[in-house]
Amino acid sequence: MTRMPRPVLHADVHVARGGLHVEAAFDVTPGHPLAVIGPNGAGKSTVLAAIAGLVPLDAGGVSIGDRVIDGLPPEARRIGVVFQDYVLFPHLDVRDNIAFAARMRGGSRAAARAAAEPWLERYGLTLLAERFPAELSGGQAQRVALARALAAEPEVLLLDEPMSALDVEVRAEMRDELATHVREFGGATVLVTHSPADAAALADSVLVLEAGRVTQRGTLADLRAAPATPYVGRMLAASHD
Amino acid sequence: MTAPGPRPVRTSPARRRTPRPGGRLAWPIAAVAAIALALLVLPLVSLVLRAPWADLPRLLARESVLQALVLSFGTALAATALCLVLGVPLAAVLARASGWPSLPRRLLRAAVTVPLVLPPVVGGIALLQFLGRRGVVGGLLDDRFGITVPFTTGAVVIAQVFVALPFLVFAVEGALRTADRRTELAAATLGASRWQVFRHVTLPLVAPGVAAGAVLCFSRALGEFGATITFAGSLPGVTRTLPIASYLAMQSDPDEAIALALLLLAVSIAVLIGLRDRWLPGVRG
Repeated sequence: MTRMPRPVLHADVHVARGGLHVEAAFDVTPGHPLAVIGPNGAGKSTVLAAIAGLVPLDAGGVSIGDRVIDGLPPEARRIGVVFQDYVLFPHLDVRDNIAFAARMRGGSRAAARAAAEPWLERYGLTLLAERFPAELSGGQAQRVALARALAAEPEVLLLDEPMSALDVEVRAEMRDELATHVREFGGATVLVTHSPADAAALADSVLVLEAGRVTQRGTLADLRAAPATPYVGRMLAASHD
Repeated sequence: MTAPGPRPVRTSPARRRTPRPGGRLAWPIAAVAAIALALLVLPLVSLVLRAPWADLPRLLARESVLQALVLSFGTALAATALCLVLGVPLAAVLARASGWPSLPRRLLRAAVTVPLVLPPVVGGIALLQFLGRRGVVGGLLDDRFGITVPFTTGAVVIAQVFVALPFLVFAVEGALRTADRRTELAAATLGASRWQVFRHVTLPLVAPGVAAGAVLCFSRALGEFGATITFAGSLPGVTRTLPIASYLAMQSDPDEAIALALLLLAVSIAVLIGLRDRWLPGVRG
């Protein structure tokens, strides 16, 4: 992969959805993934969706480096998303899932498939290339989802609860694997999770979102030293996985 | 956000407690059901029993029969193609209309449903008022461009589209509603434009629904009688389709009528088999 200096993600998200007003402003430096953590319904996924352009901003803005992207449709933002339970294309095999972005940029199906080949190799998916998403395990599907997102050569990577669709037995192993791939990607990365263990393995710092508001930001050690809210304290105490 | 954890495994004990449907029925209900079934099946059995099997090849090789056969399949295929082109976008609008205010949404749905509940003859008369030589738009076409629509093969196709379109629209709309919207969002984040999302994700995902709708649409178009004879008439080789030919033959040559009816029955059975095996998994088994 070409190693160019990757831009910083600046997000200032204001979205009102179904009675919840989500407000979160943060910067994410390349190589220093941020975990957005919080209880169910706190608006974590909404923050990601707003950055990706899947829900409109009511106010604020999003930019990558000095490229302002909040007016752009999702397809022009160059933001890769790994969705919760992955949302692979059920009608395409693994190879065509990964080749999807190349195919959308134009060019032949054969060229797009050829471009997918190195990704299949890097993610250990060569033997699964002809399988369809319904025939994959959770861990395999996660690999495909990540390879599909990164094959589009995004500048920013967003991961929405990437571990939640996995069985408990494979979670630790997949977490380490995912951490390796996120490091290799090297660009600004935001991860939504409710698990401090995921945050510890995958992110450098944590942003706590409760009822749409940021209640604390820092490293996990910072949070442990001085939990800003009862939720933060409970979450850290309860985490054993 | 959903909670993590393994999905609950379905176990059988909960099911075992509920009695299996169909075990015990009061006998009058079973008797009436048998009568209903007989009403559906016996006429078709009788048709097969009374068919002039020995004469069938000769009857079906008649010029008038072949003409009607070619015309019927040609127009029904054309109508199905038109329904696909017009109906898929209409289904897409209908599937998205759930966010609309109540009144326009209901009106739209009603407009699509009308041909299903309307007597086809009424459809034919309405089409005449619309596209006939004195019709609202037909008059204009006739005066300005010298185009006459009614009583042409084109009119047959239009009448078939009118009655068959809802079948396609509702089948595709159902498929669109059950397709996961997030797959379309995922495609957008991978650089797909709206058109590319539709072409490469939405359409393939609803392809089974489109296929099922097209088959239903074709069989409805093939069987069309009332709207066709009203709006297009019964000109041999031009507008006299199989159902019309069969109806007319009943007065002069019942054997030919039965032969034509058998042909239409065979097509219907083929459609049923095709739908069961490939496109309506709920009907399987």
